[in-house]
Amino acid sequence: MLSEFLQFLFSGLTVGAIYGLIGLGFAVIYNASHVINFAQGEFVMIGGMATVFLMAAGLPMPLAVVLAIAGAALVGWLLARIGIETARGAGVVGLIIITIGASILLRGLAQVVWDRNFHPLPPISGDAPIHVFGATLLPQSLWIGAALIAIMAALRFFFDHTRTGKAMQAAAIDPLAAQLMGIDIRRLVRLSFVLSAALGALAGVLVAPITMTYANVGVMLGLKGFAAAIVGGLGNPLGAIAGGLVVGIAEAMTAGYLSSAWKDVVAFVIILFVLLFLPNGLFGRAEVHRA
Amino acid sequence: MALLRSWLRKAAAAAVAGVAALALVQTAPVRADDAKEPIRIGSFLAVTGPASFLGDPELKTLQLYIARINKEGGVLGRPLKLIHYDAQHLAKKAVTFTRRLLEQDKVDLIIGGSTTGTTMAVIKLVERAQTPFISLAGASVIIDPVKKWVFKTPHTDRLAVRKIYTDMKKRGLTKIGLLSGPGGFDKSCAGNARKLAGKYGITIVADEMHGKGDTDMTPQLTRIKNTPGVQAFLYCGFGAPTSIVARNYKQLGMTIPHYQSHGSASMKFIKGAQGGAEGVRLPVAALLVADQLPDDNPQKKVALAYKQAYESAYDDAVSTFGGHAYDALMIAVDAIRRAGTTDKAKVRDAIERTKNYIGADGIYNMSPTDHLGLDEKSFVMVEVRDGTWKLLK
Amino acid sequence: MSNQLLQRHGGLALLAAIIAAGPLFLDNGFHYNVAILAGLNAIVCIGLNLLIGHAGQISLGHAGFFALGAYASAILPERFGFHPLGALLTGALLVGLLAFAIARPILRLRGHYLAMATLGMGIIVSIVLDQKVDLTGGPDGMVVGDLTLFGQALRGNLAWYWLVGALLFVTTWMALNLVHSPVGRALKAVHGSELAAAAMGVDVFHYKVLVFVLSAVLAAIAGSLFAHYNGFVTPDEASFIHSIQLVTMVVLGGMASIAGSIVGAVALTLLPQLLADFHDYEMIVFGAILMGTMILLPTGVVPTLAARIRERLA
Repeated sequence: MLSEFLQFLFSGLTVGAIYGLIGLGFAVIYNASHVINFAQGEFVMIGGMATVFLMAAGLPMPLAVVLAIAGAALVGWLLARIGIETARGAGVVGLIIITIGASILLRGLAQVVWDRNFHPLPPISGDAPIHVFGATLLPQSLWIGAALIAIMAALRFFFDHTRTGKAMQAAAIDPLAAQLMGIDIRRLVRLSFVLSAALGALAGVLVAPITMTYANVGVMLGLKGFAAAIVGGLGNPLGAIAGGLVVGIAEAMTAGYLSSAWKDVVAFVIILFVLLFLPNGLFGRAEVHRA
Repeated sequence: MALLRSWLRKAAAAAVAGVAALALVQTAPVRADDAKEPIRIGSFLAVTGPASFLGDPELKTLQLYIARINKEGGVLGRPLKLIHYDAQHLAKKAVTFTRRLLEQDKVDLIIGGSTTGTTMAVIKLVERAQTPFISLAGASVIIDPVKKWVFKTPHTDRLAVRKIYTDMKKRGLTKIGLLSGPGGFDKSCAGNARKLAGKYGITIVADEMHGKGDTDMTPQLTRIKNTPGVQAFLYCGFGAPTSIVARNYKQLGMTIPHYQSHGSASMKFIKGAQGGAEGVRLPVAALLVADQLPDDNPQKKVALAYKQAYESAYDDAVSTFGGHAYDALMIAVDAIRRAGTTDKAKVRDAIERTKNYIGADGIYNMSPTDHLGLDEKSFVMVEVRDGTWKLLK
Repeated sequence: MSNQLLQRHGGLALLAAIIAAGPLFLDNGFHYNVAILAGLNAIVCIGLNLLIGHAGQISLGHAGFFALGAYASAILPERFGFHPLGALLTGALLVGLLAFAIARPILRLRGHYLAMATLGMGIIVSIVLDQKVDLTGGPDGMVVGDLTLFGQALRGNLAWYWLVGALLFVTTWMALNLVHSPVGRALKAVHGSELAAAAMGVDVFHYKVLVFVLSAVLAAIAGSLFAHYNGFVTPDEASFIHSIQLVTMVVLGGMASIAGSIVGAVALTLLPQLLADFHDYEMIVFGAILMGTMILLPTGVVPTLAARIRERLA
C-alpha cells in the first residue's frame, strides 16, 4: 500500500519537477515582457533532440548537452529579436498567435532537420532502480530533483544579487518606470527569452531518458508547463515550480488510483479551476482581468 | 529595425512567389506519354511517428522489390509504379490519402495501413471504390467478418494470443496481468485475450490500459506488480510503447514472465527498450528466425532470400513488418499475372484464389471465407536473449 | 449608405457567382473534395471571426465544438437511432447549450487567461473523445453513416458541393446582416473600448456571450457535415492544432473581414494539398505564414488589399 503510494509520488515529483522547470521559463519571459511564449515546449524539444543527434554524430554527452542548450538559447534570442520585437504593436492576441506560429515552425523544422521518430537518450547515471520501501526510484529522478534545486538557487542569486537580475525584477513590476530609470527593456526581453530557452532545453535533456524525445514532444510538455505557471500565479517563478509539482503529483495520483486515461485531463481541469476561482493562482501574485 | 522589416517583407514576397510557382508546377499535367502505361500501386504507411518501426521497413521493402520487378521487365510487360503517402499512425490522414489515391491517382490496387486503426478507417472507402486492398495490419477484425475487397498478410492477434496462451500453459502460468493501449490492434488483441482466457484455463487478474501517446506506464505496471497472485504479464500493443513498457518493467524490478504480441517483432523494440527486452517472449513470423529453422522447412528459402536482399540493400535488420509488405506485394503481383489484366474485379478474384503461395510470413491459402490464408504453423514463439531473437522449441 | 448596401450585396452576389461557377473549374473528385472542405472551413471561420475579429475575444478551442458536432452525427444515428438531420440539429443544440454554459465564466477572462481557458476546454474535449473508447472508438475514430435528406442518401461530390455552397452563402448572408445590425455595431464598440461601450449603455457581456454561442453552433454544424461527408471522424478534429488552423485562417484572411475568412479558409485548405509532395515542409510553411502575417500584415490579406485598392481609386 505504502509502496504503491510512494511509487506514484516519485513518478509525480519527477514529472512535476520537469513541468516546474518549463513553467519557470514561462514566468521569466512573462515577467520581462508580458508575453506568454507558446513556443516554450519547443525549447524542451530542441534540448532533447539536439542532444540525441549531436551524440549520434559522435560527440560525448556533456558536450552535446551544452551545445544543445546553447542552440536553444540562440533560437530563443532569434524568436525575441524577429518575432517579438518587430511586432511590438500586435497586442495580446497577436503575440499569442506569433509564438504559436513560432512553435509550429520550430516543430516543422525539427521534423525536417532531424526526423519524426522517437529517440531514447541514455540516463545520466545508469538505470538500475533504487529501492525505497518497496517502491523503485530511478537515478535520473534524483538528477532532475538536484537540477531543480540548483536552478532555483541560481535564479535566486541572479534576481537578488546581480544588476541585470534586479533590472529584470524592476521591469516586471513597472516597465515604464524601469525604462525611465535607464533600463534597456529590449535587452531584458531578449535575455529573458535566452534564459528561458536554456531552462527549457535543460528540462528537455533531463526528461528525455524517461519519456523519449521526438519532434512533437514539446506540445503537451509546453502546455503542462503553462499550467504550472498559471497554477503558481503567472509571473511568480517559485510559484511556477510549486505549480509544476502540484500538477505532476495530481497527474500521477490520478493515473495511479483512478485511470491513466484521465491524467492529462487533470492538468487542464486544474487550470480551469484556478482561472475561474483562484485568479491569483495558488501562490499569489498575478493579475487576471475580470470584467 | 526598418532594415529588418524590409528584409522580412522581401522574404515573405519570395515565399509567396515560391508557393505560387509550386502551385503551377502542381497543376501542370504530368502525363507520361509512355506507350506502356504503368500499373499503379497505391500505398499509405506509418513511415514516421510512433508506429514508424512498422511502416519504415514496409516502405523500404515495397521500394526495393518494385525496383527489382521493373528491372526484370515488370508485370504483364508494364512497369509498376508506387504512389506512397506517409499517413503515420493517424486514421484521419489515412482517410485523406486513400481518397487521394482512389480519386486523383487512380491506383489499381492499394497496399497499406501499417496499423489496424488506419486500415479500419479506409475500409468503407475501398469497398465503395471497389479497389483491391491488402492490409499490413495485425488485428483479426480486418478480415473477420470477410469484406469483399479487403485482404491482409500478417498473422492475426487471435493467432498470437493462442500461441502465447499455449506457451503460458506449458509453463504452468495461469494468473496473468494484461496491459493494452488504445489503438485498434491493442483493443482487438486484448479483446481476444479476454475471450480466449477461459479456454486455456487462464484468469486475467489485472486488466490495465494506457492512453494515446503515454510515455510512462509505471502506474499501470505498479498496479499489476502489486496484484496478489499474478504469475505472468502480457502486453498487447505495437510501436514505440512496446519499448517503453519493457523499459518500465525493468525499472520497476518486475521479474514475472513477460509476453508481448507480434506487434513488437522488430529490432527497434529491443534497442528502444535498452536492455528491458531481455527475456520477453513473443510469437513472430518464422522470417525473424529464418536461419534457426530446420532446413526442410519450405519457408526457409524464401525467408532467407528476403532477409538477405533487405539487409544488403539497407543498413537495417530485417523485421517481420517488412515481410508483411513483401508478401502483400508478391501476392498482388502474382494475382495480376494470373488475371492477365489490372481489371479490379478480376484481380480481386485472383487474390482470393491464392493457393500454396510460399511467402516470408508463411504459406498462404486464401478462400472466399478466409482473406488471410495463414495457419498457425508458420508462427513461432521466440524469446529475446542477448539482444536478439532465440527460437523456442 | 447606399454605397455600403451595394458593397454588401455586391459581395454576396460575387460569392454566389463564384460558387455557381465552381463546377466549371473542378476537374475531378479530388478537386471537389478540396472545395467542399474549404467551404466547411469557411463556415467555421466566419463564425470564429465574428468572435475574434468583431468581438475581440480569442478562442483556441473551437475545434472542440467542431468535433462535438462531428461526433454527434457519428454517434447519435448509429447508437440511438436518430435521423442524421435530427442528430445534426441535436448536436448543434447541445453545443449551443454547452457554449452558453461555459461562456459566462470563461468570457470574464481576458487575453492570456481567455486563451488558456478556451485551449484547456478544447483539449478536454479531445481527451474525452480519445478516452471514451466504447462510445467514440478512441484514437482510431469511428465510421459515420450517410447524411439522408428526404429519404435520399446524399452521395457524390456534386451534391455535397451544392449543399456546402448553399450553406456557405446563407452563413455569409447571416453574418453580414449581423455585422450591420445594432448587434454588430455594439460589438464594434466592445472591440474598440469595452469600458467606453459599457459606459454608453451597451450590455457588453451579453453580446460577447451571444457571439460565442453563435460561433460554436456554426462550428458544430460544419463538424456534423464534415463527419457525414468524410464518412469517418477521429478525435484529431478536436486537437489543439486544428483549433490553431482555424485561428490561422481567420488571421490570414483578415480579422473582422467576412470575405477574409472565406479567403483564408480556402487558401489554407488548398495549401497542404499543393504541398502534398513536399508535406515535410507543411508545418514550416504553416508556422511561417502565421508569424509572417501577424508581423507584416497584422490586419490580414483581404483588408490590406482592400485598403490598397481604395487608395488607388481615391
